[in-house]
Amino acid sequence: MAAPEPEAPTTAPSRAKDHSPWNWLLFIPIVVPLIPVFFNGDSPRVFGFPRFYWLQLAFILLGVGTTTLVYQMTKKRGSR
Amino acid sequence: MWRDHLTEIIVFSVLFLLVSAMGFVAARWRAPKDMAHLDEWGLGGRSFGGWITWFLVGGDLYTAYTFVAVPALMFGAGAAGFFAVPYTIVIYPLVFLVLVRLWSVSHRHGFVTPADFVRTRFDSPVLALLIAITGIVATMPYIALQLVGIEAVLKTMGVTGDNALARHLPIIIAFAILAAYTYQSGLRAPALIAFVKDSLIYIVILVAIVYLPYKLGGWGDIFAAADAKFDASPNPNDGILLNGNNQLQYVTLALGSALALFLYPHSITGVLASKNRDVIKRNMSALPAYSLLLGLIALLGYMAIAAGVKPLPGAKEGTVDSNTVVPLLFDQQFPDWFAGVAYAAIGIGALVPAAIMSIAAANLFTRNIYKEYLKRDASPAQEANVSKITSLVVKVGAVACIVFLDPQFSIDLQLIGGVIILQTLPAVALGLYTRWFHRTGLIVGWAVGMGLGMWMLYQVASPTRKHFGGSAFPLSEFGFDTTRTIYVGIVAVAVNLAVAALVTLALRAAKVAEGVDGTTPDDYFADEGDPRVTPGAERDADSAREPVA
Repeated sequence: MAAPEPEAPTTAPSRAKDHSPWNWLLFIPIVVPLIPVFFNGDSPRVFGFPRFYWLQLAFILLGVGTTTLVYQMTKKRGSR
Repeated sequence: MWRDHLTEIIVFSVLFLLVSAMGFVAARWRAPKDMAHLDEWGLGGRSFGGWITWFLVGGDLYTAYTFVAVPALMFGAGAAGFFAVPYTIVIYPLVFLVLVRLWSVSHRHGFVTPADFVRTRFDSPVLALLIAITGIVATMPYIALQLVGIEAVLKTMGVTGDNALARHLPIIIAFAILAAYTYQSGLRAPALIAFVKDSLIYIVILVAIVYLPYKLGGWGDIFAAADAKFDASPNPNDGILLNGNNQLQYVTLALGSALALFLYPHSITGVLASKNRDVIKRNMSALPAYSLLLGLIALLGYMAIAAGVKPLPGAKEGTVDSNTVVPLLFDQQFPDWFAGVAYAAIGIGALVPAAIMSIAAANLFTRNIYKEYLKRDASPAQEANVSKITSLVVKVGAVACIVFLDPQFSIDLQLIGGVIILQTLPAVALGLYTRWFHRTGLIVGWAVGMGLGMWMLYQVASPTRKHFGGSAFPLSEFGFDTTRTIYVGIVAVAVNLAVAALVTLALRAAKVAEGVDGTTPDDYFADEGDPRVTPGAERDADSAREPVA
């Protein structure tokens, strides 16, 4: 994808909330689940699950954690 | 025989009818004074808050077909079927970044479809028409697939007939009911039903993942059974782990499917129906709860292996219908009444996305074909009416796909659908960030990407068919000395982008007119309560312009 904000903020700076550097963090859950060397293996097993399965399920938590963090850091706060 | 499944059929029917009644009542739920407006019928008044959006978008992205087909793929091919998990992880940050901008610009300009946006952004009715047609064509087989999900359940309950019409009668009835309440209630119907659908699915899955491993000897035994099955099979590409040949396919398929999914008109409809940016962003961090569900559902495929499930025979002699794997597993392992609940969850799970999809396709037709080319001065009430009728036509078309074509053919069409919807990525997704591309460049890129994608899909063979056998394109066809495969859609969209960029450079050098951007940078950050750009003035300005390529 293109870089998040190519356009310069023009008028109405009150609305330009998307220009947060926190947004770059979102590329972690986009890139990490797509690197097979991390998860394409059997050991270690957790509760009988090979690494392939439990680690990819764990990436869901990575996704939730990252998006929640970015949302909390970029959401509208009062008057700003 | 169906008599052996009487309890299941009764539970299924009762729940199904209950939900249908809800669909009709939904017209009055959170209803405005005036339903005769496309914003109301097709986008639920753009008023949905956090919870409704969660269920609506979730119900939209995780369909009956997913619940049936992903475990079926795991059952047949192993690890390769697990791509659905990274796919649904990757999609949410993408939506978080990209679709909030679409929400903002749509909120300001009153856009209902992605083609509306493209029309104004690139000042090109032709490009908008291509986007609209691509959306409708890609959505139709997707709706038909929902029927494949219901059909797998009905087949397992023994509800089958001797001829084509008798076999499909239950589905025709189910779809007639669906069509009637979608006509009446619009997007409010699937939004309300989604609550029931997801509650049922969560209950069934939670019970399944606790109870089935206990019955089958634990997760270690389940994986061991799957491993043993794939070791014994002659196919070199199955197994509980990926091998060197299909890793590239796995990640490109996950990424390509994620990019395709959020370009599908129906996902965009779900996002546009929410009331503000905050609702969307909050949802993107909460929706992955469904991914966890999907991962666990996928593993039902291995449980079916461990339980020794044998899929029912397919439509043709000597084939098996692997979509029946999960319904059969429930039938064998659960008491009848609970299997009935599980079947109802799958059946209702088909109705929610089918309704949203038909609404999205109808909106595309109304806004970008009817209003653009047939009746320029259509009033909002006329627009709503055309959309309602089109949604009926779309559903009849989907039913016809199932009744008259081999269901396998619908599955192939869906495969093609993902590849073709991806070709709208440069105009819709990148268009939200940059207007660098020339409108004619985007059109040429679209055409080349589409042509290449179709050619590649045509080349893919599978054990049962010579063409359109899957989405894994062997790189050796491009002359590389390798047995690796790659997802067709990613290659096609990359070529599409490259061509669009080259043509843009050429047209810019030749100083070909680029049209006027109807949006301002500020539009992409507008939020709830922002005043609309007056549509009247914009429409007048539009018709005054010269027709463009």
